[in-house]
Amino acid sequence: MKATIKLFVLTIFIAGFTACGNSNEAKVENVSANSEQASEERQGQAFVKDDVSEPTVLDIAIQSKNHKTLVAAVQAAKLENALVNAGPLMVFAPTDEAFNALPDGTVEDLLKPENENKLSHILKHHVTPGKYDKEFLKKFKKLGQASDLNVPVEVKGEDVYVGGAKIIASVPAGNGIVHVIDKVIIPQN
Amino acid sequence: MKKSVVYILALFLTGSFMSCNNSENSKRGDLGALASSAAEKVYVAPGEHDEFYAFISGGFSGQLSVYGLPSGRLLKVIPVFSQDAEKAWGYNEETKPMLNTSHGFIPWDDAHHPDISQTNGKLDGRWVFINGNNTPRIAKIDLTTFETTEIIEVPNSAGNHSSSFVTENTEYVVAGTRFSVPVPQRDMPIKEYKGNFKGALTFISVEPEEGHMDIKFQLMMPGFDYDLAHPGRGKSHGWFFFSTYNTEEANTLMEVNSSQNDKDFIAAVNWKKIEEYVNNGGGKTMPANYAHNIYDDETHTATSIMKKEVLTVDPLEVPGAVFLLPTPKSPHGCDVDPSGEYIVGNGKLSADLTVHSYTKMMAAIENEKFDGEAYGIPILKFEDVLAGTVKQAGLGPLHTEFDGEGNAYTSFFISSEVVKWNMDTREVIDRKPCYYSVGHVMIPGGNSADPFGKYVLAMNKITKDRYLPTGPEVTHSAQLYDITGEKMELLLDFPTIGEPHYAAGIPADIIKPNSKKIYRLEENKHKHATLNNGDARVERDGNEVHVYMTMIRSHFTPDNIEGIKVGDKVYFHVTNHEQDYDVPHGISMIGANTSELLIMPGQTETFVWEPKQPGVWPFYCTDFCSALHQEMQGYVRVSPASSNIDLSWSLGED
Repeated sequence: MKATIKLFVLTIFIAGFTACGNSNEAKVENVSANSEQASEERQGQAFVKDDVSEPTVLDIAIQSKNHKTLVAAVQAAKLENALVNAGPLMVFAPTDEAFNALPDGTVEDLLKPENENKLSHILKHHVTPGKYDKEFLKKFKKLGQASDLNVPVEVKGEDVYVGGAKIIASVPAGNGIVHVIDKVIIPQN
Repeated sequence: MKKSVVYILALFLTGSFMSCNNSENSKRGDLGALASSAAEKVYVAPGEHDEFYAFISGGFSGQLSVYGLPSGRLLKVIPVFSQDAEKAWGYNEETKPMLNTSHGFIPWDDAHHPDISQTNGKLDGRWVFINGNNTPRIAKIDLTTFETTEIIEVPNSAGNHSSSFVTENTEYVVAGTRFSVPVPQRDMPIKEYKGNFKGALTFISVEPEEGHMDIKFQLMMPGFDYDLAHPGRGKSHGWFFFSTYNTEEANTLMEVNSSQNDKDFIAAVNWKKIEEYVNNGGGKTMPANYAHNIYDDETHTATSIMKKEVLTVDPLEVPGAVFLLPTPKSPHGCDVDPSGEYIVGNGKLSADLTVHSYTKMMAAIENEKFDGEAYGIPILKFEDVLAGTVKQAGLGPLHTEFDGEGNAYTSFFISSEVVKWNMDTREVIDRKPCYYSVGHVMIPGGNSADPFGKYVLAMNKITKDRYLPTGPEVTHSAQLYDITGEKMELLLDFPTIGEPHYAAGIPADIIKPNSKKIYRLEENKHKHATLNNGDARVERDGNEVHVYMTMIRSHFTPDNIEGIKVGDKVYFHVTNHEQDYDVPHGISMIGANTSELLIMPGQTETFVWEPKQPGVWPFYCTDFCSALHQEMQGYVRVSPASSNIDLSWSLGED
C-alpha cells in the first residue's frame, strides 16, 4: 500500500515537471487519464497497428541494423508520421557509419531537444517526394528535397551519387523507396 | 496518513500547474475531450439545430453532402452528377436530361469544389456551385429546395479542377481546365503538346434573379495545368487568380517532368478588363458543342439544349489583363485573404508558403517590372510581388483558409496537420495533427470578405484505424477544430461520403428561413400532372401507355389497372396530392428497370416500366408515409401481346 502511494506521488511529481519543461505539450494525463490519452506525438499513422501491408519507409529504417542513428534522429525530430504518409517518399538513409563519420559530438548535439528544428531540416534534406529506383534516378540532374533545397544527382560509372552521397543499396517500400547512402547530406545553409 | 497523502498530492498538483507557462487553453487542446468541454461544444441537443450548414463535396460519388456543424450530423446527400436511386435523380424521366452532355448521358462525375453565392463579398446563401471534374461541368444547387437545378457543360476543357469559385457579387462562376488540350479537339500526336495545347479559363456569367448560367467567354491560356483558383475581393475585386503547374508543358511521367521548374505561376486575370473588351465586341466566336441543362421547379422537369458556339479570348489581344506571378513548386491552393490583399500559393512540393501582395503586384505592373514572358504573357518579378514567406511551416501545403481575425489556416498533406499562422508577420502560431493526411480545410465563409472564424474543418484522405474497420474500403473523414482561442482544439471526428475534397460553410440562419416545405399543387405545371383525382386515367398511344396517377394517404388513384400488354412501354406519371410538410410518397413497380420514385408533396414524377411477362403485378408506396402505408398498394394486369383486353382502371370498385 505504502509503495503504491509513493509511486503515485512520484508519477505526479514527474508529470508536473515534464509539463513545465515543454511549452507545447501537456503531459498531465498521468493524473487524469492514464490509459485513455496518449500524448500527441505518439499518435498518428506511424502508430497504426498493421502487420499485413507492405512495410513503409519508416518500418524499413526501424528494421535495419545499420540505421539506428537515423531512426533515433527521426524520432527526436518527430518525423515518424510524415514518413508513413501516402507519399510517395524517397528516403536517402545514411548508415550509422555515415553518421559516425561526422565530426565528434555532431550527432549528440543535433539530438538535443533545442536543436529539433535544425535536425528536422537536415532529415528533410534526405527526403524527396517521389519514388524512383536507382536506374531511373540516372535521368535526373537534381532532386527537390523536402527541405525546399535541391541536391545534385551525379552518375559515375554504375554508381549514382545524390548530394555527394553514394547509393549503396535500395529497398522498395509500400509508400516509397529507401536508398541507403554512405554519407550524410548536409544542406548548404 | 491518508489525509497527508491527499495534501501532498494536492500540493504537487497545484505546483505543477502553477509553474507552467502554458495556458489552460493549450492543455485542454492537447487533452481533447477529457480535460475540456469538447463534447459539450459539439453537442446539439435533440430537437435543436446546428449553427452552420457545411456543404461537403462527395468527390467520386458525384454528390454533395450537407452536414450540420458543430454536430457533424449528416442532413442530406444531394445528387449532382450522379444517379441516385434514393431520390430517383437521374432515374426518373424528369431529371435524366440533367445528366446529358456532348458525350451523351453521363450518370457520374467527380464532384470537387462547392462554393456558395455571394453579394458584396458576403455569403448570400442562394446557391451552391460545384464542378464536375471528369466530363467538365458546373452545377448549381438551389438552397431553397436543396436540389440541383442547373448544369452547364464546359467546352474546350478537360479535368475541370480549377473551379467552381464565384466572384464577390456572383457575377461569374469560374471554371479553369486542369488538362490543357487541343482547341478545337483534333487528331494529333500527343508529343506535339508543347506550344500547341491550350488551357481554357472559362467565365460563366450568373444571371442575378434565377442564377441561370451562360458562358460569357473562355480565356485561352498557354498549355499549363490549372489547379485551383480564387477571386480577388475588396481592393482586388475584378481580378481572379489561378494556380498553375506543369509550366514545363510535359505530357508524360508528370510526377518527374512537371516538377522540373523551381517555380510555376499564379496567373492573375483582370476579368473586368476582359469583360469590357468582350462587351465592346472583342473576342472570337468558335464552333462548340456543349449541354446546358435546366430543371424547372414549376414543371418539375429538366430540359437539355445543346449550345453550338462559344466566345474565346486570346490574352494577347487584351494588354494589361493577364500577368504571371512566379510561385514555388507546383502550387495547389491559390487563396485570397478576406481583405483581398494577400494571395497565398500553397506549393505542394514545398515546405514553405508563398504570400503575394496585391498592392505590390499592382505596383510591379505599373512599373513594368517584368521578368520575361511566357507565350507573350508578362511574368512579374518574384521579389516584386512577394509579401513574404511562411518558412518551414510543414510538409506538402495544399490549401489555406482565413478566420477574418488576421489568421490563416493551412492544411499540410505530408505532415498531416493544420497550421495556424499570422497573415502579417507570417509566423506560425499553432499546429494540430490531422488523422490522417488532410486535403482541404474549410472555415465557414472562408472564401469571402467576411468569414465566420469559429471552426475549421479538416477533410482527411486517409483514416485507417480511426473508426471500426469495414474491410479494405474505409471512410474518409472530417475533423472539426475550435479556432476561437489562440490554440486550436480538436473537437470532433466524423465520417463523410465519397471523398470530401472541399467544402463551403455558412451560418444556418442565412439559409434556414428560405428552405421550401412543399410544392404548391396549384403551381404544378408538369406536362403530365394529374391535379384532380377525376383526371386520373390510363391512355394508350400505340404500344406506349401513359398512366396518370395520383397519390395521397393512403392509396393510389387508380390502384387497379388492366389492359396492359407484354411489349408495352408504360409511363407512370405520378402526382403527390399531399400539401403537408414532410409527407412524400414513393412508388415502385415489380420488374421496373429503374429506381423507385420519391415524390415530394405537390410534385409529379415519371418512371417507365416495360412488362416482359403476363401476370398480375403489384406496385406499392416505398416511403413509410402513414399508419396505412402498408395498405398503399395496387395491381397491374399484364396480358399477352396478342390479347384484346381493353384498358380499364379503377379505385375502390368491385
